[in-house]
Amino acid sequence: MSSETEIAVEDPTAPAEDSPPVTSTRVVEIAVYLVLGLLALLLAFDNWRTGMGWASDGPQAGYFSFYLSVILAGASLYGLGSMAFNPSEGREPFVTRDQLRRVMQVFVPTLLFCFFTQWLGLYVASFLLIASFMWMVGRIALWKSLLTSFVFSMVMFVTFEIAFDVIMPKGPVEALFGY
Amino acid sequence: MEAFSLLVHGFAVLLTWKTLALMMVGLVLGIFVGVLPGLGGPNGVAILLPLTFTMDPTSAIVMLSCIYWGALFGGAITSILFNIPGEAWSVATTFDGYPMAQQGQAAEALTAAFTSSFIGSLFAVLLITFLAPGIASFALQFGPPEFFAVYLLTFCSFVGLGREAKHKTIISMALGLLLAGVGMDTVSGQLRMTFGFSDLLRGINFLVAVIGLFGISEILLTMEERLALRGHSARISLHVLWNVWKDLPRYWVTLLRSSAIGAWLGITPGGAIAASFMGYNLAKRFSKDPESFGKGRIEGVFAPETAAHASGTAALLPMLALGIPGSGTAAILLGGLMVWGLNPGPLLFVEHKDFVWGLIASMYLGNIVGLVMVLTTVPVFAAVLRVPFAAIAPMIVVSCAIGAYAIQNAMFDIWLMLLFGVVGYVFKKVGIPLAPFTLALVLGSRAEDAFRLAMIGSGGDLRVFWSNGLVGSITTLAFVLLFWPVISKAFGRVSELLQPAKRTG
Repeated sequence: MSSETEIAVEDPTAPAEDSPPVTSTRVVEIAVYLVLGLLALLLAFDNWRTGMGWASDGPQAGYFSFYLSVILAGASLYGLGSMAFNPSEGREPFVTRDQLRRVMQVFVPTLLFCFFTQWLGLYVASFLLIASFMWMVGRIALWKSLLTSFVFSMVMFVTFEIAFDVIMPKGPVEALFGY
Repeated sequence: MEAFSLLVHGFAVLLTWKTLALMMVGLVLGIFVGVLPGLGGPNGVAILLPLTFTMDPTSAIVMLSCIYWGALFGGAITSILFNIPGEAWSVATTFDGYPMAQQGQAAEALTAAFTSSFIGSLFAVLLITFLAPGIASFALQFGPPEFFAVYLLTFCSFVGLGREAKHKTIISMALGLLLAGVGMDTVSGQLRMTFGFSDLLRGINFLVAVIGLFGISEILLTMEERLALRGHSARISLHVLWNVWKDLPRYWVTLLRSSAIGAWLGITPGGAIAASFMGYNLAKRFSKDPESFGKGRIEGVFAPETAAHASGTAALLPMLALGIPGSGTAAILLGGLMVWGLNPGPLLFVEHKDFVWGLIASMYLGNIVGLVMVLTTVPVFAAVLRVPFAAIAPMIVVSCAIGAYAIQNAMFDIWLMLLFGVVGYVFKKVGIPLAPFTLALVLGSRAEDAFRLAMIGSGGDLRVFWSNGLVGSITTLAFVLLFWPVISKAFGRVSELLQPAKRTG
């Protein structure tokens, strides 16, 4: 017997279907090829400096990486060329404005989390990240957000620091308790 | 017969309370990861890897592979109940699974999915049990030239047989190989591509890259979508179970065909995604009633699920026997082996018998325990989806950061992870495949070492790669596969030219 109760989850801040595109896939793809091409040139130069020749006992340290950089540069050039010859390719939107807003809602807090980890230690930073994210982005009640993130951070601390001996960056708060 | 006694020994290694407990924990975590949006097999394994750093290798691999089985099972739950494939390889399961759920047959569809997953895995595990030791002992004769040829074959087959645009596959692979070379050169001791940054001396860690590429980027991608969902809940009763199982023998052709396709695509770099679609399409083509597919036919659930699981499991065969992963997840497990101080490759079967046979035994046991577990606990896991994504997303970010940091105790790695997250997001959106990158990054330095050892052995003579029949045929095959698209086109032309000639002559 299968009981047919429905499960439904709403998404109040979902991106709108008709949100205007920020940029097309084409523009991003061309940018990716340019960046990869420049990276390839930079790496090729460094490997040429290291030594990309063929010594008596086989290739020198930079040999493989030099030719791989050349291959990478070549493939990027090919990509640029194929974009130039197919003007209709990649016209679809890369992200819409609403989507970009949502992506930034995760990306910016993650970036801040990494900064805070350096100063406050990972556990305090994760408490701040989860609580603020749930409260501000997820519109979840403040007490629920604080409680969830506190429990999660504590579980992580006990699991890694105490049970599994995996040492994480720690800050002043952990120092207060002698860790 | 030798395989059998070693397998029994493997079970003996496994049957301790601690290992069994870890197995259950792994399965639960895996199903969780499979059900949650924005996480899948490779991501889950990558994020949870740090948990295993302090374990002994056997417990660690048992737990990680159970996470993998769990994720494979979990993907089917969301596909059938919510029409949301938790994994790319579950897309084909939604075609008939979701219509079945809409018609009130959710429990039947789930039972079919779990059972066929189990059958697919079992087929692949049997293959591993009986083929892997043979392949490994054959590969024991390999010297550096042979190993390099096998690596070359792996890389070339990705480029030649991949379905993405060739230049994108090449970009992905070249970038992975380049990043694998960053840091100290193992042969000459020279520094490469570090640009004076002391953090780059260690090189770019494979697992850090993977956590960023799969974990962080998946979160960014998931946020782009509308996360509201609506679906059915289901409870599997013994009655349903019996009804589905007693019909199983009728579908033996489909099950066998899908198992074989899956195992083949898992060993070669084709992957579970291709396998599931191929299994589905072939079942439809050979069916007497192809029109009924897509409207809730149970065979349409059997076919893709069997193939996906056979493929996901078979991907571990080349990893165990040769040290070459057949899928992204296998690549991560391979990275794990190195962290635990094991050297992946044919020597594993000789030097670490306990480990290898423990792992193979855990594939049997993990799948059986997993099957029982998902059949009984579906309602619980379906309810996991009620947890809002806003609570899950930051927790995943934190887990990723812990994972990235734990590998080398370096803050730099957390930043690197973030960078790879952005790279993964952009690459996925412009269609640059990530699998070649992952493979290149994990195999890059091993391939280079093999090449240079071969060169030292031969005094710098490239002809060593054609010096005997074995290495020569592998190397030649590699080049054939690299230029396969060109070759198959040329063959097509030739046969076109020949056909009319035959008719007139």
